[in-house]
Amino acid sequence: MRYLPLSDNDRADMLARIGVDSIDELFADIPEAVRLEELTTLPRRKTEMQVERQLSAMANKNVSAGSLPFFVGAGAYKHHVPATVDHLIQRSEFLTSYTPYQPEITQGTLQALFEFQTQVANLTGMEVANASMYDGSTGTAEAVLMAHRVTRKKKAVLSGGLHPQYREVVEGVSAKLPGASVAALPADPTGTEDILAQIDDETSCVVVQSPSFYGQLIDLKPIAEKAHKHKALLIAVFTEVVSLGLLESPGAQGADIVVGEGQSIGNPLTFGGPYVGLFATRQKYIRNMPGRVCGETTDAEGKRGFVLTLSTREQHIRRDKATSNICTNSGLCSLAFTIHMTLLGGKGLARLARINHMSAVALADALSAVDGVEVLNSAYFNEFTIRTPKNAHDVIEALAAKGVLGGVPVCRLDKSGGDIDNLIVVASTEVNTDEDRAAYAQALKEVLA
Amino acid sequence: MTMNHQGRPTRAGEAGPPMPHQTFTGNKALDMEEPLIFEIGHMDNCGVDLDEPMDFVPRLGNHMRSEPVELPALSEPETMRHYVRMSRNNYAIDSGLYPLGSCTMKHNPRLNEKMARLPGFADIHPLQPISTVPGAFELISELADWLMELTGTNAVAMSPKAGAHGEQCGMMSIKHAIAAKGEERSIVLVPESAHGTNPATAALVGYKVVSIPAREDGTVAVEAVIEKIEAHAGQVAALMLTNPNTCGLFEPEVIEIANAIHEAGGYFYCDGANFNAIVGKAKPGDLGIDAMHINLHKTFSTPHGGGGPGSGPVVLSDRLAPYAPLPFIRKNGDELEVVETTDQLKDGEQPFGRMTAFFGQMGMYVRALSYMQSHGSDGLKQASEDAVLNANYVRVGLQDLMTLPFGVKPCMHEVLFDDSFLNDTGVSTLDFAKAMIDEGYHPMTMYFPLVVSGAMLIEPTESESRASLDLFVATMRDLVMSAKAGEKDRFEGAPFLAPRRRLDETAAARKPILKWVAPEPTKVEPELA
Repeated sequence: MRYLPLSDNDRADMLARIGVDSIDELFADIPEAVRLEELTTLPRRKTEMQVERQLSAMANKNVSAGSLPFFVGAGAYKHHVPATVDHLIQRSEFLTSYTPYQPEITQGTLQALFEFQTQVANLTGMEVANASMYDGSTGTAEAVLMAHRVTRKKKAVLSGGLHPQYREVVEGVSAKLPGASVAALPADPTGTEDILAQIDDETSCVVVQSPSFYGQLIDLKPIAEKAHKHKALLIAVFTEVVSLGLLESPGAQGADIVVGEGQSIGNPLTFGGPYVGLFATRQKYIRNMPGRVCGETTDAEGKRGFVLTLSTREQHIRRDKATSNICTNSGLCSLAFTIHMTLLGGKGLARLARINHMSAVALADALSAVDGVEVLNSAYFNEFTIRTPKNAHDVIEALAAKGVLGGVPVCRLDKSGGDIDNLIVVASTEVNTDEDRAAYAQALKEVLA
Repeated sequence: MTMNHQGRPTRAGEAGPPMPHQTFTGNKALDMEEPLIFEIGHMDNCGVDLDEPMDFVPRLGNHMRSEPVELPALSEPETMRHYVRMSRNNYAIDSGLYPLGSCTMKHNPRLNEKMARLPGFADIHPLQPISTVPGAFELISELADWLMELTGTNAVAMSPKAGAHGEQCGMMSIKHAIAAKGEERSIVLVPESAHGTNPATAALVGYKVVSIPAREDGTVAVEAVIEKIEAHAGQVAALMLTNPNTCGLFEPEVIEIANAIHEAGGYFYCDGANFNAIVGKAKPGDLGIDAMHINLHKTFSTPHGGGGPGSGPVVLSDRLAPYAPLPFIRKNGDELEVVETTDQLKDGEQPFGRMTAFFGQMGMYVRALSYMQSHGSDGLKQASEDAVLNANYVRVGLQDLMTLPFGVKPCMHEVLFDDSFLNDTGVSTLDFAKAMIDEGYHPMTMYFPLVVSGAMLIEPTESESRASLDLFVATMRDLVMSAKAGEKDRFEGAPFLAPRRRLDETAAARKPILKWVAPEPTKVEPELA
């Protein structure tokens, strides 16, 4: 087997050295009744070429985003990632290193994390950020738990603009906690819900996504004010981090925790994971923050260096009193994020954001010119919601048959019915061309005709 | 003709005295200091070429940024150099033996990286029409089949994003199953030797943790479990047990323990972190587990990446299968049906909710399946045997000099020593570990598990050759003899040769500096101006 260095001679010599007659003597503690002879039901080893052939055959059955006009968003976005990023994250020293528990020999990972944290904090307009979460959805659930710890209250109010699957993740975690409750507002495609009326003294946190799941931009300031009046925290969520290049930062609008999906920068779509959750908050809350954190310090010779810190919050020290059970972050995905962000800088990000916005504006114009199609959002970034006269699921399938992946039918995620069944969330980014947009408009016209 | 037209001889010559001065740059030849991007980056430059979009009327309402994003950029060559230089300050599996017990730092085949980057896997969206991604569900389904077959179970929840997330998924399934029976139970039993994630997860899911002491031989006695079950009659929801355990031992009474917890109406959660020891040798389902997460980043070699991403699918017993979270794949003969929302559920399916948006760590699924197909059933079994063989080879090479807390006996894929061999040497466990760094090794896991004083947990994995193990054992022996000979200078303050000396972690925690802040401009004293 090409991955195993020991030869049969090595094995025999080593067994003799250990003083046993057979390898099975080393497994003697396994009860005899359950010891396996062989896994006859599974195939035997394959060469590299055979594996490549088999997996490529599976991959080839999928329609990849780059192969056709592609407008699917709703929490994951198709962007161009510079070749440099994927090359650098495959450096052995980054790829095959563990969590940096021995800082003297992992300064590479640690410095990258420190730079990552600084980028995320500056981008979100917050004082501090952690070293990443699994993804935006699990990060949002952790943010709610953190708010419960900070406020010592347990009622979360969720905006109807929050990604439906994010809402489900928050509800799932909360449902298992004694006393915790979730007040989730109904779907709000246009950003016109009255969330302020939901905030009271019992409220621990208000969770608002902007741009919303439907693409609508939400003014966070009044929500922050009302939340703070009731000693609740505002958790600002985003799924499209590129938007922060152009939009007012959640921190500047009064958010207490900012959490979101960082996939758009540096990371491919990969069918939903692995992604990278971004998590930022105020300095005064850091000891309640979940996840790994990297901090600056000095070594015995006075040189600057970095370490994982605030570990007294964490499970390996605090066990059942820990702020969260998280053990890993999303290390390599955060590295991809920070490298791509380093290439862009603030200026490049702003320009990328403008291109994205322009792309969406052009698409909205093209689609709203189709008979019966209405764009619902008054203000949006690179994603918006359209209403079509036909069932959205059927429209998307018909578009796919014409070689256009035209977005996400809201009814795939939200089964509340009614008007929802005719809504499609549509994204357009820097990868989409004028030809793509024209093809979409033409195909939609034919489908609705 | 020689290549050297300058004609300068390059003979080594006498070594002479050591270099008398610090270098101007602070660099030591290939060992280079690298500033932060905030110190070397440009506010007016960019490492990505993007054309400014044509004039258009924005539709951002009043949501425009008031201040520009304050982040510097580096050009492409500067970016490359920045990260390559930083990378060289990292230890990695590809550069040396990485004996971190409980972490399974094995070889990461690059075929797996290549497969994960096929556009048919890397460039597909989780919400594009299901009809356009049949190969994705085929891959997830095939990986699920392997996991169920290797563990002897009939169900697996694929979506958890890491080991601890898998624990959370398993425990939420258990809580839901208990509630579905109309019961309420408040306690989870966790042995003292457990990973910290186990009690943290139990608490996160709303349980009170009751600890079970370890027996003198490092394993859990069924009597100790029964005692706690009886002390909290009717209240025990589950037992969380790592098997093989964190002392590197297979729990010999695991079947009796499973029976005891089942008889009390509770569930058996098994922490699968150490599955690498027994793949193809025993099926956890046959041991009576109800839920077990599998760290794809350990046993099935998806790269650790400096701390993630992981992936933690959870296999489930028939008793827990109905409660598996959304989404899942339902098999109708050869047809795969994707179940994403509650309206698609059939009788008996009662998912407790959802662990994450989308379908979990697809990129890791591809890598793990590539690893499994490459090994096959025969290779997986061989890998486990080699992992256990290697650990025992290290044990036998060191047991006369270092101390085994539970006496001389075979271990599984990792060997646990305690620090009593360092008594009276004045060298601490930490000093000893840091001295390993100077010898070119990543230290083993230290001070874990907590049941042993000064634990040193060594897991060499199956990826090490005999020559590599021989050198490691020889190095460790030399270090031990040196400590016992009173050569404290080699240990105190080590490492001496790493990119950094010991770092002040106390100061870092006391006054946390978690991001770079521009230094105040230096004030010029008036008399100097």
